[in-house]
Amino acid sequence: MKQFSLRMPVRYLINACLIIAFLIIGNIITQGELLSRAQNNIIIQVGFFIILAVSLNLSAGYLGQLPLGHAGFMAVGAYTGAIFWRMGVLPDGASVVVGLILAGLAAAVFGIIIGIPALRLKGDYLAIITLGFGEMIRVLINNLPSITGGAQGLAQIPRHSTFLVVYICMVVCCLVIHFIMKSRHGRAILSIRDNEIATESCGVNTTYYKVMAFVVSAFFAGIAGALYAGFLGILVPSDFDFMMSINILMIVVLGGMGSMLGSIVGAIVLTSMPLLMVDLARYRMIVYALLLIIVMIFKPSGLMGTYDFSLSAIIEKIGRRFSSGKVEKEKAQKGGDGNA
Amino acid sequence: MRDPKKPFIPERDLDKSPVLECVELGIDFGGLTAVDDFNITIAPTEICGLIGPNGAGKTTIFNLLTKVYQPSRGSMYLEGKDTKNMNTIGVNKAGIARTFQNIRLFNRMTVLENVLVGLHNEMDYKLFGTIFRLPSYWRAERIARERALEYLSIFDMQDMADYKAGSLPYGSQRRLEIVRALATNPAILLLDEPAAGMNSSETEELMENIRKIRDMFNIAIFLIEHDMKLVMGICEGVAVLNYGKLIAKGTPEDIQNDPQVIEAYLGTGGGERENA
Ligand SMILES: Nc1ncnc2c1ncn2[C@@H]1O[C@H](COP(=O)(O)OP(=O)(O)OP(=O)(O)O)[C@@H](O)[C@H]1O
Ligand SMILES: [Mg+2]
Repeated sequence: MKQFSLRMPVRYLINACLIIAFLIIGNIITQGELLSRAQNNIIIQVGFFIILAVSLNLSAGYLGQLPLGHAGFMAVGAYTGAIFWRMGVLPDGASVVVGLILAGLAAAVFGIIIGIPALRLKGDYLAIITLGFGEMIRVLINNLPSITGGAQGLAQIPRHSTFLVVYICMVVCCLVIHFIMKSRHGRAILSIRDNEIATESCGVNTTYYKVMAFVVSAFFAGIAGALYAGFLGILVPSDFDFMMSINILMIVVLGGMGSMLGSIVGAIVLTSMPLLMVDLARYRMIVYALLLIIVMIFKPSGLMGTYDFSLSAIIEKIGRRFSSGKVEKEKAQKGGDGNA
Repeated sequence: MRDPKKPFIPERDLDKSPVLECVELGIDFGGLTAVDDFNITIAPTEICGLIGPNGAGKTTIFNLLTKVYQPSRGSMYLEGKDTKNMNTIGVNKAGIARTFQNIRLFNRMTVLENVLVGLHNEMDYKLFGTIFRLPSYWRAERIARERALEYLSIFDMQDMADYKAGSLPYGSQRRLEIVRALATNPAILLLDEPAAGMNSSETEELMENIRKIRDMFNIAIFLIEHDMKLVMGICEGVAVLNYGKLIAKGTPEDIQNDPQVIEAYLGTGGGERENA
């Protein structure tokens, strides 16, 4: 008996339809008068926090390292994107795309520079080095006022971060990371987390894959940074302090290390909560801490554990139940015939 | 009498050059000399055993051969190639694969995925092919999956393919480690206490399978084991280690009658202890 399973093209088609449906619905909602300005802003912020969390989950959850400087990569991307957009050398549409790619690449370059020395060593050197990097970037931005506006900040950044742009970036980020994880590259990353010596004994170049995961993670943090710049229209270095890195890490831990769905749910919950409950905003850190403690007590692996959502898997499950039901009925009938 | 520096080489391999050759290999940990003056030659399809009391340095030798530790002295050749500048990854690519005494599986990955990590270097698509799901990705993945299932079928484990490796019973975990090592297409397979924790019928089956693997893949097998029935049953050559030094080498019969070996085992009371 052949098990009920969806063929790959069918799976891809289902997911593509869903992605487009969400896009259309989101676009209608955000463009019409349905939501207040504040609510619209929440949706966009959730979008780039999803990118930040999903990308951090790659290096923290899947790879099992502890990067503490995600805000640093975000800053690099934010300033790169903002400076490029302010120059206005390209027509709007092309400018957005090129600016985002440049932002990602700039962050990725920093990822390589930090990743190679930190990840060649076994052990938790990455935490301390990324921590230093995050602070260093902020100091650097503060001290280059001619380029970055220094502590005064960088204003009049074109507001390119519409729902459409953020949504597309988010989908690309999730898809790329998902595709990587379902390949030999992703398996190498996961196996390093589970056992580095055994991975090396299988002939897998562990340093290469550690750096790869870290750099891809930095790349998308850079893009999220640019989206952040195009959303606020103004950047100040203090936006990218250590607390920002910790906030993103908190989303990942809360959602479940190594679960993309967890990162997405975590981003939605933690980003929209303080914005929805304005009264609570003052106590944000307390609420975060409480939430984290509660989750750690009752579900230490995070809200989603390592569970990853797959619509096709759910459809297959239903399909299997349905078809096995049918088979059993047939069997029962045959059995009945035999007896008769 | 057999020269203790010369190993036993089975008839069929007499005319072939060795797959592994160690010359005066040694390592110190601080002041402690864990292994010293270790010489061995293993023929291309030989099953060779390494025995010795607890703490004799057997696992350390495997760690030297796979470059988990860099040797302090001596040299090691894999199919004639000097491994001086190689790391763990390099020696694997040069043809050495191993299992671990304290099992090191990728526990949170499935059984199939564990084997697929072993097949990592067999697949050739690049990150670009991954992200854009090019035909090269689909082809390589399909072939690798089929190969992985074939490897699993050596131990009749195809049906466990989708289980998490960490959830397998102990014996199956040991077998999966062997499968994963085999998937890297080695010329010599190192097994560190493959029968540890197995009952006698499982051990019996394992002996069959080790022989089967050797004949199927035409590779050399170098194994550490405390179970003398297994060692004497399947090994063509046996080396005995005590306090980091080789004290005897030869056929199982030679070894069983060697006074130094008897002394090492009875004198220290070793060989009977269970391993963690
Ligand atoms: N990394 C290390 N640092 C210091 N000492 C070590 C190290 N690895 C092994 N040793 C020492 O080397 C000696 C040999 O250890 P090894 O694990 O090779 O023994 P073994 O023969 O495999 O024993 P067993 O039968 O118990 O597995 C021991 O005394 C051990 O304490
Ligand atoms: Mg040992």
